Amino acid sequence: MNSHVLIHIHALPAGLLEEASEVPRSKRAHPFMPNSVSAIEQGLLKELGIQSVEELFQQIPSNHRLSKPLNLPPALSAESELSRHMTDLLRKNISCEEVLNFLGGGCWQHHVPAICDEIIQRSEFLTPIWGTPSSDLGRNQAWFEFTSQLGELIDLDLVALPVYSWGCAAGHAIRMAARLTGRNKVLIPRFIDPERRAVIANYCEPVNMPSRIEIIDLEVDPETGQLNLKDLDLKLNDQVAAVYFENPAYLGQIESQASKISAAAKKAGAETIVGVDPISLGVLNPPGNYGADIVVGSIQPLGIHMYCGGGLAGFIASRDEPRYAYEYPTLMISIAETTHGEYGFGMALFHQSSYGLREEGKDWTGTSTYLWAIGSAVYMSLMGPEGFRELGNLIIQRAHYCTDLLSDIDGVSISNPSGFFKEFVVNFDGTGKSVDYINKALLERKILGGLDLSKSFPELGNSSLYCVTELHSEADLQQLAESLREVCTQ
Amino acid sequence: MSTKQKLRRYHAPVWDEPLIMEMGVAGRRGCHFSTVNEDVIELIPATMRRKSKPDLPEMSEPDVLRHYLHLSQETLGMMGINLFGTCTMKYNPRLTEALTARPQIADIHPNQHSDTLQGVLEIIYNFDILLRELSGMDQFTFQPAGGADAAYTQACITRAYHAANGELQQRNQIITSIQTHPCNPATSATAGFEVVTLMLDDNGYPSLDALKAATSEKTAALMITNPDDMGIYNPDIKKWVDIVHDAGGLCFYDHANFNGVMSKLRARELGFDACMFMLHKTFGASKGGGGPAAGAYGCTTELSKYLPGPIVTKDGSKFILTDNSPDSIGRVREYWGNVQQIVKAYAWTRAMGANGINEAANMSVLLNNYMEKDLLKIRGVTRSYPDIKGWRIEMTRYSLGQLYEDTGVTAIDVQHRMVDFGIDAFWLSHEPWIVPQPFTPEAGETWSKEDIDYWIAVLQHISDEAYSNPEIVTTAPHNQAIHKLNPESLDDPDRWAMTWRAFKRKQAARKK
Repeated sequence: MNSHVLIHIHALPAGLLEEASEVPRSKRAHPFMPNSVSAIEQGLLKELGIQSVEELFQQIPSNHRLSKPLNLPPALSAESELSRHMTDLLRKNISCEEVLNFLGGGCWQHHVPAICDEIIQRSEFLTPIWGTPSSDLGRNQAWFEFTSQLGELIDLDLVALPVYSWGCAAGHAIRMAARLTGRNKVLIPRFIDPERRAVIANYCEPVNMPSRIEIIDLEVDPETGQLNLKDLDLKLNDQVAAVYFENPAYLGQIESQASKISAAAKKAGAETIVGVDPISLGVLNPPGNYGADIVVGSIQPLGIHMYCGGGLAGFIASRDEPRYAYEYPTLMISIAETTHGEYGFGMALFHQSSYGLREEGKDWTGTSTYLWAIGSAVYMSLMGPEGFRELGNLIIQRAHYCTDLLSDIDGVSISNPSGFFKEFVVNFDGTGKSVDYINKALLERKILGGLDLSKSFPELGNSSLYCVTELHSEADLQQLAESLREVCTQ
Repeated sequence: MSTKQKLRRYHAPVWDEPLIMEMGVAGRRGCHFSTVNEDVIELIPATMRRKSKPDLPEMSEPDVLRHYLHLSQETLGMMGINLFGTCTMKYNPRLTEALTARPQIADIHPNQHSDTLQGVLEIIYNFDILLRELSGMDQFTFQPAGGADAAYTQACITRAYHAANGELQQRNQIITSIQTHPCNPATSATAGFEVVTLMLDDNGYPSLDALKAATSEKTAALMITNPDDMGIYNPDIKKWVDIVHDAGGLCFYDHANFNGVMSKLRARELGFDACMFMLHKTFGASKGGGGPAAGAYGCTTELSKYLPGPIVTKDGSKFILTDNSPDSIGRVREYWGNVQQIVKAYAWTRAMGANGINEAANMSVLLNNYMEKDLLKIRGVTRSYPDIKGWRIEMTRYSLGQLYEDTGVTAIDVQHRMVDFGIDAFWLSHEPWIVPQPFTPEAGETWSKEDIDYWIAVLQHISDEAYSNPEIVTTAPHNQAIHKLNPESLDDPDRWAMTWRAFKRKQAARKK
């Protein structure tokens, strides 16, 4: 296996590296490095009594050093040039600001209040890592305000600091349930974001590991978009650690049998894990109210831009019972008192994390998505109860307005025309055209059509998942309908 | 540093900022949306309508802004001098923040047609090539959302590799060292492996014999950091790789401590099968107080078919996403990773160039050893593994064990006192502590010599205090907005409170 050590030839693309060369060291100090002044460097070497910085690397055997020098493109140390280089590249992207976007699925375009961006760009929040509970007071309080406000939205008392994504949160929650119950199967709906499903699978499988958690799909009634309760009854048994379902479901439907599902899970001794889009909770029943034991979801809709998926962050929450608290893999911020009786904040149950116990800890934690907790805290503060209610009403109205328009188009149908929140499935079987064709034609009309489901769920036919939010005016939706009519009937 | 420095006056901003949960006034609004006919609520199934409003604060927009501005001011972080070791607290170029706040990054969706994402795809494609040059690896993925997620990626690829060879059930052990970051053993265990942790020899790293004794037909992989957090480089690392390869295991280089060795060595040339770079540490992307982050995971061609998808490839002059390897481990996280962090790291790498990166490595090692010379003159400070002579790499782990024995002042007390001078906490050590009362500063390349001298002067001052008036240190902080936290309640089910509603409930129960 050692032969590959000698092979070190990359196919370097023309244009990127061909201009690279080892130019003599510039005499100018680099703008990021205050000590790259020859006199300072010489002074430091003198203090150490050495001639060359090379002497400091004596620990590294010479045959461990680079076989040949680094070949990188010339430095763009002039900010003006770097900015030009980067903006030339970025202009090759088409942003959702320039077009009408109907993509959602697991990353959604909602309005981001200007104050959210102002606060997350504050250097104090943008750049640090860990301080002390005193020096981190403001950040810790912002985190606590995130957990406190999210707790109100979902109606649960224990909210942890966020994890990487909804999928990662679901994966951890399922593993928590497996530890809590000592069981090793999880039931999840058959229609779930394939990206999220793949993440969950990674946290549970593969088949031949002793710690494997088997994933069993739950059927969804195609007529209603609701979970098939008979199938649930059939599959629930004393090996099932958890029933996981989403509200709204991946295909947009609001699961109205939520209480029945959690009751059935409870009866079988399984935990109920519910995935939610928290932006819906100004108008939708919160999961803490219908028997959810553990709640997960994404906070990206709450004031975080999409960033091509880089805006994702997941949360895990539950009732505040030690049984659950002792299984969290995340960090958790708790309010506490100082030696002088002031309020401060500290890490609760830190020792059970992988920082405290390495491989004996609960799963693992690490650098996560904590800046987005602050962005979301700001968002929830701006929204308040009335903002969430107004937004929920608006989204429902616009989404249904859109389905009314689209269902009028020949050959186009809405798979479940009622009972959805912001997403719904549009079927194009009657048009004889593929989603791929339709989306390309829409793009020519400056519209990003819905997410193509025809490859991920072929049984849904030529279908597409459309997402409508507060950013779509009624005129935008009319434009979509007119464009689709053109494209589909051409 | 020869002359005694005059310390600056510092006090943290104090706003006595109430919790936002207590600030609302009924009827106030922080944002509006178009109003619609209230009967739209009937579009929601009756059982699923929200009955009672969430108890969120009702705030006006300017008050929300000022509240969070105040909270930002009550956060020290990088506002002073911050040498939090292992995290490489370097300057984050603000141009990269401005660039990624543009709609062409902030407002793009990962499922857009690749024709509409050519710019970001080109950046990722080209950054992959730059990282190949730095590491010698053949292919990178940027999907892991942090360093620990990259370690988890390795654990999943280890599973897939041995499963493909029909050896997964046999190869159920991953070897690491006690000085390797806890995410390596933790992600290994999460992926279903047993963890074998090697302890250190007198040289400051585990012996070859210990490694040989640990390897067997059960060995699935080695996951290791080098140099470690004490600044000690394992010179036997090539032999380590050979031993593990001979036993049939994979070798993963956790480049958490890359700053001092970037441009000095390549993981692949040392024999490793895979490595990981933390873009939010070494490559200048911001840390956000704990993410969003990015763990760039690179591997050899032999392993690249197992990488999580999608991977950016080139088809003629077009950049496309490829996600069709039947052997792929799937996803460790949705979509392509924290894209804005990848863009920032690419821009940083272009701003530095090969010479700049080399100079940064030199400077971080030079400053660390300069710092060490003066820190070891401070009473109560010793070096980890003091008998090991020679220069350390970009970080040195020290011990305040002597100070503690002499004065009763702990390393944590010293942390709390340093913040009184506008210097945020130093890193102590991962658990378990193998050095008593540890602390681990890391200078990096972006703090000035004056900053480093000042940091040393503050520690000198606190050592003087500890020996003359220890109470001033043990009762610190004195110049922060709040005093030292009393940690007792944090592990007490009757008193911990992760939300305001939990706090109110438990407080009411105590009053009964």
